[in-house]
Amino acid sequence: MPELGRAALVLCLGLALYALVAGGYAAATRKRRLARSAQNAIFAVFASSVVAAIVLLAALLRHDFSFTYVAEHTSRRLPTPYTISAFWGGQEGSLLLWLLILTGLSALAIALARRTAADLVAWVVPVLALVASFFAFMLVAVSSPFATQVAPADGAGLNPSLQNPYMMIHPPCLYLGYVGLTIPFAFAMGALLARRTDELWIVVTRRWTLVAWTALGVGQLLGAHWAYVEVGWGGYYAWDPVENAALMPWLAATAFLHSVMIQEKRGMLKVWNVLLVTLAFCLSLFGTFLTRSGVVSSIHSFTQSPLGGWFLGFICLIAIGSLALILNRLPLLRSKTRMESLVSREATFLYNNLLLVALSLTILWGVIFPILTEAVRGEQITVSAPYYNFFLRIFGLPLLLLMGLGPLVAWRRASLRSLGRSFAWPAGIALAVGIVLLLLGAGSSWIGLLAYTFSAFVLGSIGYEFVRGTRARRALTGGPWLAAFSELVARNRRRYGGYIVHAAVVLLAIGVVGSSAYDKVSEQTLSAGESMSIGHYGLTYDRLVRQQGPNDTEFRAVLDVRKDGSRIGTLQSGKNSYPAEQQTSNEVGIRTDYLTGEDLFVITDQINPNGTIAFKVLVKPLVNLIWLAGFVFLIGSLVALWPSAVEQRRLADRYRELRVYARA
Amino acid sequence: MTAAALAIGAVLACACALFVALPFLREPDPVEDRLDEPGALEKRALELAEEKDRALAALKELEFDHRTGKISDEDYRELIGPLRLRVAEALRALEPQAESTEERVRAPS
Repeated sequence: MPELGRAALVLCLGLALYALVAGGYAAATRKRRLARSAQNAIFAVFASSVVAAIVLLAALLRHDFSFTYVAEHTSRRLPTPYTISAFWGGQEGSLLLWLLILTGLSALAIALARRTAADLVAWVVPVLALVASFFAFMLVAVSSPFATQVAPADGAGLNPSLQNPYMMIHPPCLYLGYVGLTIPFAFAMGALLARRTDELWIVVTRRWTLVAWTALGVGQLLGAHWAYVEVGWGGYYAWDPVENAALMPWLAATAFLHSVMIQEKRGMLKVWNVLLVTLAFCLSLFGTFLTRSGVVSSIHSFTQSPLGGWFLGFICLIAIGSLALILNRLPLLRSKTRMESLVSREATFLYNNLLLVALSLTILWGVIFPILTEAVRGEQITVSAPYYNFFLRIFGLPLLLLMGLGPLVAWRRASLRSLGRSFAWPAGIALAVGIVLLLLGAGSSWIGLLAYTFSAFVLGSIGYEFVRGTRARRALTGGPWLAAFSELVARNRRRYGGYIVHAAVVLLAIGVVGSSAYDKVSEQTLSAGESMSIGHYGLTYDRLVRQQGPNDTEFRAVLDVRKDGSRIGTLQSGKNSYPAEQQTSNEVGIRTDYLTGEDLFVITDQINPNGTIAFKVLVKPLVNLIWLAGFVFLIGSLVALWPSAVEQRRLADRYRELRVYARA
Repeated sequence: MTAAALAIGAVLACACALFVALPFLREPDPVEDRLDEPGALEKRALELAEEKDRALAALKELEFDHRTGKISDEDYRELIGPLRLRVAEALRALEPQAESTEERVRAPS
């Protein structure tokens, strides 16, 4: 059925172009029926993209190798879950996933907002349609998943590193994040086009931004865990251009989530907010461009493709168009209020914004530098980890500190008197932790010591905020502490959800610092029966086991593991050989100590013909806090996302008052 | 298979075209085909409502920060007056009978 897939994509393109042109014309000339028709066209694009997706999925599940895409990315023996994940394992399929998520989110956003923000939605539709038209065009004319060929007997299979359970969820999660940023961008541009400078676009897109940001954050952590258990080099983040591509929009969106609160609370930073939301969206497009163009060398760029030029052109169009619109609307966006003090909550948000954007742009420079040097000098000069690590310390440590300072400082202005009282406990805790760590020998890495001291400060300030808030609520309402605590969180979910997310970032920082600044590495070649030691662990290579998987041959070295002299069990590490794909993959062995969060990590580097095996063994202290951070991050995000009845009532009152006022 | 695919494609295209044309089919000859948009008065009202919400939220925040000890008594006394005044002004500006709508539209923010 490739014809149906192609027809559905052509229909997507036609409908998206209609929504763009008719929607733009309707919004400009205020034609109600035409605007509604353009909205319906967006719903229809979604329906057509669902049909296209079903056609591809059916072809994958039926092993229909007459589809070039199916033949290139699957084989008959590929397990069904990975056959499904091959949908986004290749360039054409992942572009289709982009279009599917984009049109689904667009349809949902329009359906939810068209009653409450009809005039705004009229302008949002052509913006969303523009993005959908671009992706539909790419799928129709440049990179179709429905190209056909004479069917071979079997397919080429899926890249072994993608044959991992994380690949079922990591790419869709990241795409949900990338694509989700389109919604706040479209509403911001819609508001500018409609000359609306009120907060409506922020109110409508608040949860959309949070959902996209959460998906992007969770997607990156899933990707980090995939790299940790699958890629088999002993780390989880390598400053790979494609990893950076997901981090940059997340940083920009983090800055936006903070600065938008200043607009809501103080009516300030309107220009900055639309700039940030544009930056986040452009960076999400840039991320897709990096992943799919193959323009930079990356473990994620599975192919060189003709997409690069198109993507670059579209990113330039969006960036220039958005900036021109923002410049044109500058007089409308001027704030009537000023920052009262440089020592206030809004000032700490502003500092955090500057650091986040600086970090994001520094990473962007590192990513595009090889492309620029290749274009200018003809040779690609890559920027490696030391560059990124340096700037992560320069911007990351102050950011960590600000996470602790922010909650303690009041809005508008704070006197030294108040600050002294608020800071005493968290600063005392941080100082005590710093001294204890120094005495325990953590001074071997001063960056690590500083990061841990700052982390203690942040956790102290978050804990102190919860304690003070709960005490104040209890003094007001009486009752048990738990009820006061629940009420505290329920009455301001965004703030306390945000604090939980901050705690997650601290856990992440502790895990990253522990596993990178205080890790141990040992490499040794062992024969059966020989031993090696690392830290308080001892390992003895026992035997090599060979077993047959569904589409691979698996070799596992079995090792006896001792800790402080006592046997704690066995661990298997090895390689898988995939005949269809003609590739091998590292299958690392990991033993986790759940009490300390430490991992013993064994890589089978080389299985030699003489029976010896070259092992690389790492001890990674606190690394499991990174994965724990993911759960805490998700909980915090859900708390912040959960609808608040008080907030809903306030917004309903606002728009009811508006109608009363207009009638008077 | 090709004929079936093309038939399904044609049905899909027709359904989409019908759905897109639905607003015109439902109301072939509407009395009013103009998209609602807020006028100057509504925009001003929205601005005032936002200002009122901001002022009330700031007041609540200040009260809570004072109760938790984040704001000292001295700072609280210094900040509470101007904030209460702002809330009162915002509420008065939104009162429909307070002044004529014309005056409110012209009023500086």
